Amino acid sequence: MYEDMVTARYYEERLQEEYLEGKQPAFDISAGPIPGELHLAAGHEASGAGVCIHLRDDDTVTAPHRPHHVAIAKGVDLKRMTAEIFGRETGLGKGKGGHMHLFDPDVNFACSGIIAQGCPPAVGAALAAKKRNTDSVAVAFLGEGAIDQGGFLESLNFASVHDLPVVFVVEDNDWAISMPKERITDVEDGSRRAEGFDMHGARVDHDDACDVYEAAEEAVGRARDGNGPTLLEVQVHRRMGHFMGDAEGYRPDADVERHQARDSIERLAADLRGDGVDEADLEAIRSDAETRVDEAIEWAKEQPEPDPEAAHEDAFTNPPNGVTEEEPAIAAGDGGGDD
Amino acid sequence: MAQTQVSERELTMSRAMVEAVAHEMRENEEVFLMGEDVADYGGIFSSTDGLREEFGYDRVMDVPIAETSYIGAGVGAAQAGMRPIVELMFVDFFGVAMDQIYNNMAKNTYMSGGSVSVPMVLTTAVGGTYNDAAQHSQTLYGTFAHLPGMKVVVPSTAYDAKGLMHNAIRDDDPVVYMFHKRLMGLGWMPAPDGPKTGVPEEEYTIPFGVADVKREGADATVVTLGLHVHRALEAAEALAEDGIDAEVIDLRTLTPLDTETVLESVRKTGRLVVVDEDYRSYGVTGEIVATAAEDALADLEAVRRLALPDVPIPYSRPLENEVLPGADDIAAAVRDVQ
Ligand SMILES: Cc1ncc(C[n+]2csc(CCOP(=O)(O)OP(=O)(O)O)c2C)c(N)n1
Repeated sequence: MYEDMVTARYYEERLQEEYLEGKQPAFDISAGPIPGELHLAAGHEASGAGVCIHLRDDDTVTAPHRPHHVAIAKGVDLKRMTAEIFGRETGLGKGKGGHMHLFDPDVNFACSGIIAQGCPPAVGAALAAKKRNTDSVAVAFLGEGAIDQGGFLESLNFASVHDLPVVFVVEDNDWAISMPKERITDVEDGSRRAEGFDMHGARVDHDDACDVYEAAEEAVGRARDGNGPTLLEVQVHRRMGHFMGDAEGYRPDADVERHQARDSIERLAADLRGDGVDEADLEAIRSDAETRVDEAIEWAKEQPEPDPEAAHEDAFTNPPNGVTEEEPAIAAGDGGGDD
Repeated sequence: MAQTQVSERELTMSRAMVEAVAHEMRENEEVFLMGEDVADYGGIFSSTDGLREEFGYDRVMDVPIAETSYIGAGVGAAQAGMRPIVELMFVDFFGVAMDQIYNNMAKNTYMSGGSVSVPMVLTTAVGGTYNDAAQHSQTLYGTFAHLPGMKVVVPSTAYDAKGLMHNAIRDDDPVVYMFHKRLMGLGWMPAPDGPKTGVPEEEYTIPFGVADVKREGADATVVTLGLHVHRALEAAEALAEDGIDAEVIDLRTLTPLDTETVLESVRKTGRLVVVDEDYRSYGVTGEIVATAAEDALADLEAVRRLALPDVPIPYSRPLENEVLPGADDIAAAVRDVQ
């Protein structure tokens, strides 16, 4: 867990540097090597790491617009993820998806930038597991701002009615862009929404990775053993603006300081030291993580940009005749899609 | 015909929109605004900047991220006689709430045999050009204009944005007001030259269904809207250097559509290029070409369409550049029809 958390934190620090290149002194979102929106997850690491440590490659994870910490904990290919964020040809989506739309089928990881819309596909993956009689599970991550969305509430109901092996993980960072939590819900403990669907609900009130670990162990175990879904809410902290470039004029200074002061990574490091882990060992984990991240970023930056013509490919798995100029027809016998 | 702009005072498009909204809110207690991040943030694209400070949280409401509920609530409040302005942050998010938009907002007047009115404005940000990928970059002009029952407005300048907004709020029908992010005058997303224009302090309305000839010309008609009005004007400047005189028509509203202005121009030039940032198939370009073919076939010598090829909008810069029509592409299309 510690390794996943420090990897995620350092990864995002490096992405932030790269993102700001070309955007200074005047911030222009379309400038620099990484344009578009970038949502960093600094302060969210405990939930990604504490949950995904219980998952296997054949378990499905769907992540929202703030995905990197979850992707890293799930074992998404770091180099190809980075290449995707830089819009390169060898990226996970050949440069077509970008940072909010990362797909790594090798570890069953997917993203959506539309709020709560990763929930129904996670339910679908759980449904497939149940129909096939496997013991794989699905986990949907979402923010506390997303828990009013129909797609989430309908998914809770579906999962509960069908006893599906799915865990909904709500990352409560108190903010939905500029809207404080109390402006969008009257229910402070989001896991209580589970009651309305007669499913298990639990909340970890602080971002202590060990507590997340335990709560997630129970939830994932319940799903894997065929005992149905869980709604798990984890208190996390948004240490930065909603997206890069967000000046956070709406956020009280005291709140920023409070969130900066509590850091799940430092907390876990302190716990590990308390348990007798050597500082040298922690340092070795950190420096390995940094090496891996630096290598991934260097590798990604060396990758070629996609050929513009590639924009016309991949809308279909089995392109109808004439859809792409390069490959107008599928060769005979080359799998029509129904074999 | 091109608007004569009397005002010396220049505003960005977002300031012009906000000015019209504030004016209507002052005049009419029934006008209120709701959406995500519209209060303290002032709208992610500054579309509601400063309104909470003047009108307070009761009339400028942040809402839960649950578009079905608050867009549907807009419909209900409008049917109760209020005049809500409801913001959908990015048009791409319409999917989670389309039922309220299309099956209630757009259909209730008809299904009630005209006994129910839905005087609401749905504002929404559209457009790409900054690599935000397939779920945050669409324009979807054609999607909304295809569905009957709502008026669809797409301003391209501050002057038009204000006049069209006054009209939208006063209109007794549901209006979808689609503003292009790249035109708003945001510090973090620089606008091309053009959308910042003179805007009179006093109120004025621009009627729906009146296209604006943003540039007169004799050799080809370029019909477009939104950001691409400015791309087309840039192309026209380049073409002028080669002695090709392009006329640029800004549709300004898709429903109602000013077919007369388009036809008049096509009859004059005989050559039509339609430019749209939306998908090509079944969209605005097809609609305009069909209109010209139906009513001015004899005058038409050549036609070109420029729009997004039918693929989702890619993230990476070279890929996005490939699919979004640029000024060069427009100039090439106009040359092509000469
Ligand atoms: C359906 C939909 N509505 C609105 C948005 C815009 N949006 C993106 S992130 C966000 C806030 C999400 O807050 P939360 O779920 O708490 O996650 P956090 O960003 O705090 O991690 C909003 C409103 C969206 N992407 N999709």
